[in-house]
Amino acid sequence: MDGFPILSLMMAVPMAGAIACLFAGANSARWIALIATLVDLLLGIMLWANFDQAGTAAQWQFQEYAPIFGRFAWALGIDGIALMLIVLTVFLMPICIGASWQAIQKRVGEYMAAFLFMEVLMIGVFTAQDIYLFYVMFEAGLIPMYLIIGIWGGADRIYASYKFFLYTLLGSVLMLIAMMWMVHEAGTTEIPALMAYNFAPGAQTWLFLAFFASFAVKMPMWPVHTWLPDAHVQAPTAGSVILAGVLLKMGGYGFIRFSLPMFPEASAQLAWLVWGLSMVAVVYTSLVALVQSDMKKLIAYSSVAHMAIVTVGLFAFNQAGIEGAMMVMLGHGLVSGALFLCVGVIYDRLHTREISRYGGLSINMPKYAVLFLLFTMASVGLPGTSNFVGEFLSLMGIYQASSWVALVCTTGIILGAAYMLYLYRRIAYGEQVNADAAAMPDLSMREIALLAPIAAAVLWMGVYPESFLAPMRSDIRALEARLAPAAPAGDSHIKMGASKPAGGATHEEASAHGEAH
Amino acid sequence: MIESASLLAVAPELVLTVGGLVLMLIAAWGGEASSRFVNWLAVLTLAIAGLALSTSLANGPVAFDGLVRADAFSAFAKGMIYAAAAAAILLAPRYFQADGKERPEYPVLILFSAVGMGMMVSAGDLLTLYVGLEMQSLAAYVLASFMRQDARSSEAGLKYFVLGSLASGILLYGAALLYGFTGTTAFDGIAVAMGDGVSNGELFGMVFLLAGLAFKMSAVPFHMWTPDVYEGAPTPVTTFFGSAPKVAAMALAVRVAIEALGPAGLDWQQIVIFVALASIILGAVAAIGQSNIKRLMAYSSINNVGFALIGLAAGTPAGVAATMSYMAIYVVMTIGAFACILQMRDAQGRPVETIASLAGLSQSRKGLAAAFAIFMFSMAGIPPLFGFWAKFLVFDAAVAADLTALAAFGIAASVIGAFYYLKIIKTIYFDEPAAAYEAKGGMVENVILTACAVVIVFGYLLNPALDAVSAAAAASLF
Repeated sequence: MDGFPILSLMMAVPMAGAIACLFAGANSARWIALIATLVDLLLGIMLWANFDQAGTAAQWQFQEYAPIFGRFAWALGIDGIALMLIVLTVFLMPICIGASWQAIQKRVGEYMAAFLFMEVLMIGVFTAQDIYLFYVMFEAGLIPMYLIIGIWGGADRIYASYKFFLYTLLGSVLMLIAMMWMVHEAGTTEIPALMAYNFAPGAQTWLFLAFFASFAVKMPMWPVHTWLPDAHVQAPTAGSVILAGVLLKMGGYGFIRFSLPMFPEASAQLAWLVWGLSMVAVVYTSLVALVQSDMKKLIAYSSVAHMAIVTVGLFAFNQAGIEGAMMVMLGHGLVSGALFLCVGVIYDRLHTREISRYGGLSINMPKYAVLFLLFTMASVGLPGTSNFVGEFLSLMGIYQASSWVALVCTTGIILGAAYMLYLYRRIAYGEQVNADAAAMPDLSMREIALLAPIAAAVLWMGVYPESFLAPMRSDIRALEARLAPAAPAGDSHIKMGASKPAGGATHEEASAHGEAH
Repeated sequence: MIESASLLAVAPELVLTVGGLVLMLIAAWGGEASSRFVNWLAVLTLAIAGLALSTSLANGPVAFDGLVRADAFSAFAKGMIYAAAAAAILLAPRYFQADGKERPEYPVLILFSAVGMGMMVSAGDLLTLYVGLEMQSLAAYVLASFMRQDARSSEAGLKYFVLGSLASGILLYGAALLYGFTGTTAFDGIAVAMGDGVSNGELFGMVFLLAGLAFKMSAVPFHMWTPDVYEGAPTPVTTFFGSAPKVAAMALAVRVAIEALGPAGLDWQQIVIFVALASIILGAVAAIGQSNIKRLMAYSSINNVGFALIGLAAGTPAGVAATMSYMAIYVVMTIGAFACILQMRDAQGRPVETIASLAGLSQSRKGLAAAFAIFMFSMAGIPPLFGFWAKFLVFDAAVAADLTALAAFGIAASVIGAFYYLKIIKTIYFDEPAAAYEAKGGMVENVILTACAVVIVFGYLLNPALDAVSAAAAASLF
């Protein structure tokens, strides 16, 4: 693999596909898009297989460098964190194309081109090693998403597309100014070098806030989350999947890649801000989700709550918290994507997102009910599913930093169970009051083919999370070491129990366990 | 006695003058039938003038005892001006043909205007400055009222003339004050005289001079003429106004600020910062309510001038290079956008100007819609399009010069501007189709359009070249 520009190739394939789609007819555009995304999935699997995850391996792998843009360079490279997010992206993309196969009937070529271009940019965000290249990729994602929501979205699509675009643009531009300042200060545009540079603590606060403006909107954190429900509700199904599955993760990735390692002091100083907003988000948006009558809105609000678990995990400043945050991001990417697909399945049949228009679907759509139940449980965080691992680690991490935050955020799990189970009850159980809903056919082969891989991945992640944690472990350890000098002292004061002289080794371990819990 | 070196240093202006005079004779004898021929000859003249830039550079940088500068800065600006002028000539015939009013005077006037603009950017003395400016303006007044039977066009010409004369008067008054208080009209002499501190008289002179220049580049608060003139003038003329004279005025302002008023940097910096922010905000806010695309482009040009001025506000070589790069990218975007606007013709081939008529264009004219979207996203400063890089450069220069707050304000205001560009894209892509346009664009229009779009999309590959040229241009001022 040495020297082979696999990352550039992963961006070139969908780009070529996008251009071809623009000139192709409807049906051939669908096939071109599917093939391009599947090729990229294969490349992604090769990337994972060839990624050296030994503790001694170089942090940055598959690096490419071409100084062709004057002030900045085409510099690519990934660590384990980026690798996992790239794998998530290439895994979800063919599913998105499949989900749009019949739902999108007008201007198919342009639609597929927008999606493939989106994939190029998402991979670009996660691979960029030059801070300006990162910004270009990060910001350019607005164009295809604006078009996807605006052209193929629902009734209120125009308002939603403006809101999405302007909200995220305003968040990002201040980050650009901060980036310029950093580059002038540090004299380099390379992200790895900037991650090691120590900015003056006074400046860090401003820089942190500028980056925070961008990532908090993207994430999204309360109170700047209001664009998300609108965008989700109006976007076509596949648009929602990619928005929830990957675009929101750009915010979390930004925190992990920029805010935490570049401004450790400011991160520690302003951790209260992040904690506070996250606590509000967990409780408030969960309660809001509880009263929604629109399925997509409900899942959108649940995304905000889940993303708040990510931010508390990240700002726990320890290995467990950050690993947990990454696992929640990956798990949420799969689960919320799958939930939006599930909504899409019944929306395609009845063309309404009103929860009350459905009911008793487990009678006429048993396969659907089973898969929907699995994803509902995963969203709740049932042990054995992907989200449990992440949420557990995140909360464990934040408990070490602040037990109050942990206490409040844990209520999110309970509230999450409440709104998800309530949703499931209203859709799948009970009497079949609506005749048209009762007459809907069960999942088609295509729909099963879309949901089954996600179900498998959710279970894999829940049962054997080590496959996903192993590539990231040494990177997260490096990040923790970087944060260690600044990390705030926790309030829980965990002490190892004193070993009793009479006790054996097993007793000692058990007592230590008991204390830590 | 005029030395030959000085004459060679103004070779491009000589080429344009001689070319313009000859073409005027051809036009006078050939009548309207000769207009196609004159068009191409005018473009050829501009191309030769472009080639003559190297002769001019070789015999620079000082000519006619400092009255004229033939340095890298002027060469860069002239390159842009000639290219924009050529594009404005090439885009015109189809527009005028529709009314059967194709006239050979149009390219001739543009040539004379180009001579004036060349003198403006090469000026090393207040007198050269004024002569160049007036030469450019006189041709421009006539161009604005070129469709003399059309009331809007005549009105535009008259408005432009009256307000332009007022601005020239203000500028001349400023020049007179500066001459009175410094005892010289030469830029370097003024800088020397100001070196011992800026007296009140010099300050007043400077303010009046900058006010006159702000008028010429349509910066707030001297922008009022712009929307009316842009809307009323024939569209090819608007294309021209939006591109070449902007470059000339901006380059002139930069040269005056750095070369003549350099020692008063802190004084004019405040003015430039105010003008820049006011232009950005007014240009963005006032454009939102527009329903005529040419009027919208007028506000867009005001907005863009504001951004370009942020580079000048930095006052550093990097800032000047950024301003000049901004203008280069802006000219490409503007010409591309106007090449799109010129294709807005209804089924009978008559030009339409309402934004509403663009509705659903993406379903009838895919390529034109995509080009429109590229230019609009680019003007909004969204990467990966090249318009982002223009903004990046000026803000980067401002941050490097410790004007971080200015950069933050400016970039936040650019989000307001993004809204109305998005509105056009929304109309083109999201709305239900309105009455379709003429099915095909002209060949020349399409070629220019495609060339501009290619530059905007792949522009980042030009970065090393653009950096080198603009840095050399900036270095020649310091």
